Amino acid sequence: MNTSPCQSPSHLTRRSLLRGASTAGISWLTPLGDLLAVEAETAPQGKPARSVILLWLGGAASQLDTFDPHPTTKIGGGVKTIPTAIKGVEFVTGLEQTASVMQDVSLIRSMVSKEGDHERAFYNIKTGYRPDPTLIHPSIGAIVCHELPEAKIEIPTHVSILPNQWPARGGFFGAQFDAFQMYDPKFPVPDVKARVEDKRMDRRLESLSVVERAFAQGRAPDMDQTRTLHQVSMQRARNMMTSDQLNAFNVSDVPAKELNAYGDTPFGRGCLVAVRLIQAGVRCVEVTLNGWDTHANNFEGQATQVKILDAAYASLIRDLKKRGLLESTIVVCGGEFGRTPKINNVGGRDHWPHGFSMLVAGGGFAGGRVIGSTDPEGVKKEPENPVFVEDLHATVQDLLGIDSSKEVMTPIGRPMALSKGDVVEELKA
Amino acid sequence: MNFAPPSSSWLLRLRNAVILAGIGTGAVWGVVELLRPPVGKVSSEVGLPKAKLEDVLQAAQKVNADFDQTWAQKQMQPTVKADDLTLVRRLSLALTGSIPSLQEIRALESVKGVDITQWWLTQLFADRRASDYLAERLVRVYVGIENGPFLIYRRRRLVEWLSEALQKNRPYDQIARALIDSKGVWTTSPEVNFITVTNENKKGPDEAKLAARVSRAFLGVQMDCVQCHDGKLGSTWKQTDFHKLAAYFGQTDFVLTGLRDDPKQNYKFRYLGKKEEELVPAMVPWKPELLPEKGTPRARLADWVTAKENKSFARTLVNRMWALLFNRPLITPVDDIPLEGPFPAGMEALADDLIAHDFDLQRLIRVIAATRVFQQSSRSTDPSHPVTEEAEKAWAAFPVTRLRPEQMAGSVIQASSLSTIDAETHVLFRIKRDLDVANFVKRYGDSGEDSFEDAGGTIPQRLLLMNGNMISNNTSSNPLINASTRIGMLAPDNATAVEAAYLSIFTRRPTVAEEDHFTGLLATVKSNNSRSNAMSDLYWTLMNATEFSWNH
Repeated sequence: MNTSPCQSPSHLTRRSLLRGASTAGISWLTPLGDLLAVEAETAPQGKPARSVILLWLGGAASQLDTFDPHPTTKIGGGVKTIPTAIKGVEFVTGLEQTASVMQDVSLIRSMVSKEGDHERAFYNIKTGYRPDPTLIHPSIGAIVCHELPEAKIEIPTHVSILPNQWPARGGFFGAQFDAFQMYDPKFPVPDVKARVEDKRMDRRLESLSVVERAFAQGRAPDMDQTRTLHQVSMQRARNMMTSDQLNAFNVSDVPAKELNAYGDTPFGRGCLVAVRLIQAGVRCVEVTLNGWDTHANNFEGQATQVKILDAAYASLIRDLKKRGLLESTIVVCGGEFGRTPKINNVGGRDHWPHGFSMLVAGGGFAGGRVIGSTDPEGVKKEPENPVFVEDLHATVQDLLGIDSSKEVMTPIGRPMALSKGDVVEELKA
Repeated sequence: MNFAPPSSSWLLRLRNAVILAGIGTGAVWGVVELLRPPVGKVSSEVGLPKAKLEDVLQAAQKVNADFDQTWAQKQMQPTVKADDLTLVRRLSLALTGSIPSLQEIRALESVKGVDITQWWLTQLFADRRASDYLAERLVRVYVGIENGPFLIYRRRRLVEWLSEALQKNRPYDQIARALIDSKGVWTTSPEVNFITVTNENKKGPDEAKLAARVSRAFLGVQMDCVQCHDGKLGSTWKQTDFHKLAAYFGQTDFVLTGLRDDPKQNYKFRYLGKKEEELVPAMVPWKPELLPEKGTPRARLADWVTAKENKSFARTLVNRMWALLFNRPLITPVDDIPLEGPFPAGMEALADDLIAHDFDLQRLIRVIAATRVFQQSSRSTDPSHPVTEEAEKAWAAFPVTRLRPEQMAGSVIQASSLSTIDAETHVLFRIKRDLDVANFVKRYGDSGEDSFEDAGGTIPQRLLLMNGNMISNNTSSNPLINASTRIGMLAPDNATAVEAAYLSIFTRRPTVAEEDHFTGLLATVKSNNSRSNAMSDLYWTLMNATEFSWNH
């Protein structure tokens, strides 16, 4: 066996090849014409998106028990379904609120990853690249912040709420592009509050300038500005500590009705804060909802998480729309892979990277479309019209006005494209 | 059973006596610990026979001569020699991941008339902290930091095995051979984990990954770039070169009894542009004449990689150890060394010495540490000609580099204790230390594999240092544990208190301006509580300074 970590964009056109192959085959689901026949396509035209919200369903949500149910087949697991705002498309019960906002959301039912291990798949879904022993790729949020710098904001432009063990990283762009991590917004943001009163802090900073002067002797006068960034980043950290924009992290002043709409769960509060951060000018926010890794008791486990997701996701879409932010904000929601059609001996579903579901909305993504389909019998692995993880990345970058084929020089001296995927035109408004 | 309870007054008197005795002993012991801590039996011997020491210094002279020539050509004036405490700090950070303790500083200041760098290295080589830390750094090179496949991968065991080998100063070629040609079960033969980490989806070892690891970790070449196609951008490597190297792992297989070689197996690959997979013969990418005629494919590869005539192996280790000691490799990237040169000053002299001394890793570290480059100051003594980045790049000054997250965490914890935190420290304290370091690294940002990025500081890092739990817990008022409070309580005067804090955190004494500033602040306090806060502020200030976060 061997794996192929080739990063060269020169021979990475298998999506176009496979797309051709799949459309040439017999489709067992909705014809393309029907897929595009949606009721509400208010596609935003004009300016590219400026920010991204990523909702990670950590552990891998089951496509069959969420957005791609096959209730009448052996693999369906007896779930019940409901209609959605997209004609002919059904979700499992429990996703009623999400179903009602689907006119603003498109559904990919044919996501394909080449990674079946949580850690590797998370790396893949966050960076668009497979893990490589030689370097760490930047996550999509780091790419957005690197390519679309935002000077005016005083808080970090890349934020990870409720991160699991693999928060978004700056990779070869550097640790300054790592996501700023915070946990349940019910609690204060870590490390932004000084431990001593202002007067004492002023005294500390005054002392610090004495120490810095001693260190600077015999060194280049611009060393801090051009290399260490120590005092520069400390000043920015101080600005953040006293910035009004910090209020975006705080949900204590949010009316109970609004909080309850999101479900009043850590994930719901995280989604609410994500909206507030985007409004404050943050480029990328990821919010993680773990608990989908249902190798046993799949149906119970998925239903529990579905309930949390439904209120939070639908409220987030509605809220962005109400605040006039949906057109400029891309929202991606999904897990690192899907779950097997086969139900195992303990009522669970295992890892399935071959055809899983993702929701995409806002920022130039079309609303109300469905891309791809999976085999209702669960026999055929490959989905129709596959969308590879890297293709989703290329599409997101394209909608942000970032040229995904642009090559950047990595620290190991190897030029690398921001994404090696192809833009999925069908997803664009 | 019936017991007559002792009277409450009797109990109270006993309790008070115990407390008073404890406080008295603690106070006396504390002052001793601060000013003259127990330093054990310190030998003033370097720990090397005189002839060997002279041989090390001669080898360093050859390296110095190389650099002298380079600087002369570039018309650069190297900086002056750094003081002993700075050198000790650099060595401790490189080899233990932490700064020296006040206890260690007092010990080395009691040693007179020896080469302090070589003396300190002798202490460090005998210290399990050093072999553990070096093992962790090298294991990152071999297998990365990910957890790897469940059940058949035990990263911790691999680190322990390597630490043991480094402690015994096992020749490095033997270590490399053991990793490449390992057999058995991953628990009882920990070196096997070098192979098992590549097992994915239960399909057996990944030949391509192993070829990439071997070429980078032991040969200093990035051949995996040609895994999918022939080299571009000036690279002359062919796709076939890489896969022929991978084919040496084609017979490697997992069975119930562990890792083994199965002659019935082979390696197949479909090259770019070809329609079919083809059997790939095993062949090394250069100097095939060094391959032994007999043996399993892996055994032959291991012998070829580590052959003395295959100088890439020695250069790779030189570059890696140079990077460890300077936080910056001699050749960047650390695992991309040209086969035929040109090589920078120092490389060939060090590689030749390493080969001539049978891949003695400890000797290599001693030689590098004895060079003028390592012992130079990172700053200029001439204010009108400060050190420039160009001077650092030419190694005419010791480069200023950012400390790794675990070095930061280790240093915060060590600086907060007057005595050394090592294998002798109570196990509960060491467990707490490990947990604290892990939490800090997670939030500070793990640098991943053994990379040497030169990025600046970040906002979350500054927030963590200014307001985070680790700094707060380790610098706040706590007379039982924290050095800041204890120094404030026990130092006979303010100048001694400031000096002890500077030695504990910066491994140096304060400048006149710094001493005046901080003694002035301490002089204004009117209560014990205020003094404790002032000491806490002093600790906070030093730990938030550039000097603490950057190696220099």
